[in-house]
Amino acid sequence: MTVSVSITVNGKPVTRQVEGRTLLVQFLRETLGLTGTHVGCDTSQCGACVVHVDGRSVKSCTLLAAQADGCAVTTIEGLAAADGALHPMQAAFREHHALQCGFCTPGMVMSAVDLANRHPGGMDETTVREGLEGNICRCTGYHNIVKAVIAGADTMRGAPAKAAE
Amino acid sequence: MAPLDGIGASLRRKEDQRFLTGKGRYTDDFNRHGQLHAYFLRSPHAHARIRGIDTGRAKAAPGVVDVFTGADTKAIGGLICGWMITSKDGTPMKAGSHRPLAEDKVRYVGDHVAIVIAETYNEAKDAAELIDVDYDVLTAVVVTDKARAPGAPLVHDEIAKNTCYEWSLGDKAATDAAFAKAAHVTKLDIVNNRLVPNAIEPRAAIGDYDSGMDSFTLYTTSQNPHVARLVLSAFNGIAPEHKLRVIAPDVGGGFGSKIFIYAEETVCLWASKQVGRPVKWTGDRSEAFLADAHGRDHVTTAEMAMARDGTILGLRVHTTANLGAYLSTFASCVPTYLYAPLLSGQYRIPAIYAEVDGVYTNTAPVDAYRGAGRPEATFVIERMVETAAREMKIDPAEFRRRNFVPADAFPYQTPVIMTYDSGQYHKVLDEALTLSDYAGFPARKAESAARGKLRGIGFCSYIEACGIAPSAAVGSLGAGVGLWESAKVRFNPTGNVLLYTGSHQHGQGHETTFAQLISTYLGVPTDQVEVIHGDTEKTPFGMGTYGSRSLAVGGSAIVKACEKVIEKGRKIAAHLLEAAEGDIEFKDGKFTVAGTDRAKSIQEIAFAAYVPHNYPQGVEPGLEESAFYDPVNFTFPSGTQVCEVEIDPDTGVTTIVNFVAIDDFGKIINPMIVEGQVHGGIVQGIGQALLENAVYDPESGQLLTGSYMDYTMPRADDVPSFKVGLVETPCPHNPLGVKGCGEAGAIAAPASVMNAVTDAIGKHMQMPATPERVWRAIHGTAV
Repeated sequence: MTVSVSITVNGKPVTRQVEGRTLLVQFLRETLGLTGTHVGCDTSQCGACVVHVDGRSVKSCTLLAAQADGCAVTTIEGLAAADGALHPMQAAFREHHALQCGFCTPGMVMSAVDLANRHPGGMDETTVREGLEGNICRCTGYHNIVKAVIAGADTMRGAPAKAAE
Repeated sequence: MAPLDGIGASLRRKEDQRFLTGKGRYTDDFNRHGQLHAYFLRSPHAHARIRGIDTGRAKAAPGVVDVFTGADTKAIGGLICGWMITSKDGTPMKAGSHRPLAEDKVRYVGDHVAIVIAETYNEAKDAAELIDVDYDVLTAVVVTDKARAPGAPLVHDEIAKNTCYEWSLGDKAATDAAFAKAAHVTKLDIVNNRLVPNAIEPRAAIGDYDSGMDSFTLYTTSQNPHVARLVLSAFNGIAPEHKLRVIAPDVGGGFGSKIFIYAEETVCLWASKQVGRPVKWTGDRSEAFLADAHGRDHVTTAEMAMARDGTILGLRVHTTANLGAYLSTFASCVPTYLYAPLLSGQYRIPAIYAEVDGVYTNTAPVDAYRGAGRPEATFVIERMVETAAREMKIDPAEFRRRNFVPADAFPYQTPVIMTYDSGQYHKVLDEALTLSDYAGFPARKAESAARGKLRGIGFCSYIEACGIAPSAAVGSLGAGVGLWESAKVRFNPTGNVLLYTGSHQHGQGHETTFAQLISTYLGVPTDQVEVIHGDTEKTPFGMGTYGSRSLAVGGSAIVKACEKVIEKGRKIAAHLLEAAEGDIEFKDGKFTVAGTDRAKSIQEIAFAAYVPHNYPQGVEPGLEESAFYDPVNFTFPSGTQVCEVEIDPDTGVTTIVNFVAIDDFGKIINPMIVEGQVHGGIVQGIGQALLENAVYDPESGQLLTGSYMDYTMPRADDVPSFKVGLVETPCPHNPLGVKGCGEAGAIAAPASVMNAVTDAIGKHMQMPATPERVWRAIHGTAV
């Protein structure tokens, strides 16, 4: 059984016929070829597949593509500015060495952007650590991710950016 | 002036742009024209005889192209283990048959039974449910220290007592003599809990046979594509090496689990020729839990003999190491030569004797996982040292100081093979004590006690062996390969550089660190350097990345290739500058006639080499040099961690309130990357100590911790931030003076955390110190 799914992905409307059981992450990776969104588990635990659906972070392995019909989805490919300038959170991850193998990174960055949006007053370390509880990273030990998220959130809300040591 | 992006700079990583923008290219991101999808049917039983397999209904299912079982894949050579261990009675280890698809028996839950190949992944997965396997279910042997029990079921019918080897190292008589004169003996039973590596990218493979060229290409999640090609050619017999290309593109973490050559890539590669189309398999997390090689799983009894003043006289260790159902690629060496030679730790121990029994069980194969043998050894010696100090009422830091190998004693020959090259153990410990405010601990403990909390502090002064390894030395110990590394430096006519390495990066930042070497040695800025790795058709043969070897061995090969470039460049420069070759100096990217301002940049020399109109006679055109480097010794990074915990006795919850790591990795190329490696390693070690545990049902052999719902991965809110520092004692025997940093955190942290936990509760307990187990330990109902 196929269903018709219409989603605005990274600002571009797309319509595709897909199998009913197609997950949003499969739709993004396999139907649209947007392979920046990753699959790291099969129990909605690791967070490598996090994208934004109508502005909120969502584990795209937990949603059928059909459930996102009519929604606006932003993936890691759609985060940087049109001219290629990195989003402040992406830039902060680079500046603070908050990624190693890069596999959890897209989901981690998308979660971090949403976390920052939900805390417009800024965040302390505990808030960041608890807020990222749904994203597993095996490489970094989270130390630099926490620093990056605090710095990226500061930049997002217009506070002066602090360079890493 | 030295360039700002060379050795010592915390240069931001070149590879980050693609990872941050979703443009990384991992194996599952590749799709080949006409590609089919594979699904592996796995054994639901830990131990069963296969009476028959009926694939008829599956083959007729929608979209299915073919189904293969063990009966179809007899032409594929068996999966191998590349290190021969000899038992103490002189007999060779007993390696059972390891077929890519099971033939007579299945031997663990997740063992490979059949491959279904279909137009889509879902069709393959659906069809697998239609395969009828007639199993005669057998009793399983699961628990490590019951594998050799009389009457235990046999994993391999022909291997008695499920024993692969009974191996020993050291001088038993001398050790017995040391114990005979001991004033105090400390004894501990130690379990090193079984772990699942859990790189966040699951393993994947695409086999692609080209009938026009009669050649194969394999895209795979590998830490060592050349080793994979060698094994797939020479042992599995899929294709000769010149007809097989292995590409390991971006790889999402390895931690050892992607060193090995598994059934999945072997069968997909073979099957692509059978079905005449590319065959892709991407594992899911459940499959990773079941069938990626696991780590650790030792059961150990250790005894240490001391003189009255706390001087260590001897160490005696017996370990049973669970190897799982089959010998994985390097499984045999991990609990032997990568383990027991590290039991001397940072200490002068006159006599050591270790026995290791490697046993088969009906569980997933166990092989190298971050640290590979050294975490197990470090855990034994550091738990013993801490416990001995407490029993003898000597401050644990002081106990270590009294027994450390002093800085003027290097090179230091241990009684267990290793010759330590360098170190400053006292200095490192002192810095760790300062940074952790050890002097202030009693006050903090009292403050915690006033709140009803238990506070503990624990040390781990670790040694490890990196930069594996001198080929002749490991060959004499049974290794089937050499462990050198390769590099090729190619200047382009316009002056930029392609650097080809036999190492492979999967998070370590080679594209940045290696470019920094080129910046320093050749004066070419890092943005003019492209580091190429992971493709057997592009790079020189390399042994790959594991054992924290890439910089110490692979980096040394790069330095040697750079030296050859400079040597040739000097000849060209002498000709162009009309000077004697001996008068040409090379510095910061310029060849200069000594004592003059006459100079040519290395870019000008490269151009001249490719457009040799005015060129020295007898010199070949082009500027491209290769080098292979075989190390003369292991390197020996060392360090001290101090962990401070607070435990709530009512809930058993352990909180790490302070964590300090001082490491001596020798010379540092990129401090930012090195610190990142330390952070990540520490959290893997904390994970082992507090959270992670691979648990099989002891009767049925079902994996009870088969997903992230059951297996507790460290998350951001489980761990603290860290205070890390570096002491630099250059390695004396490689050109960079580097030692390796990739595993230290994971090697040391289990001991530093457990020493803190046991200090807090005043009792020995086994890992992981989960709240329940800590609560039971405190309240006397230990599990």
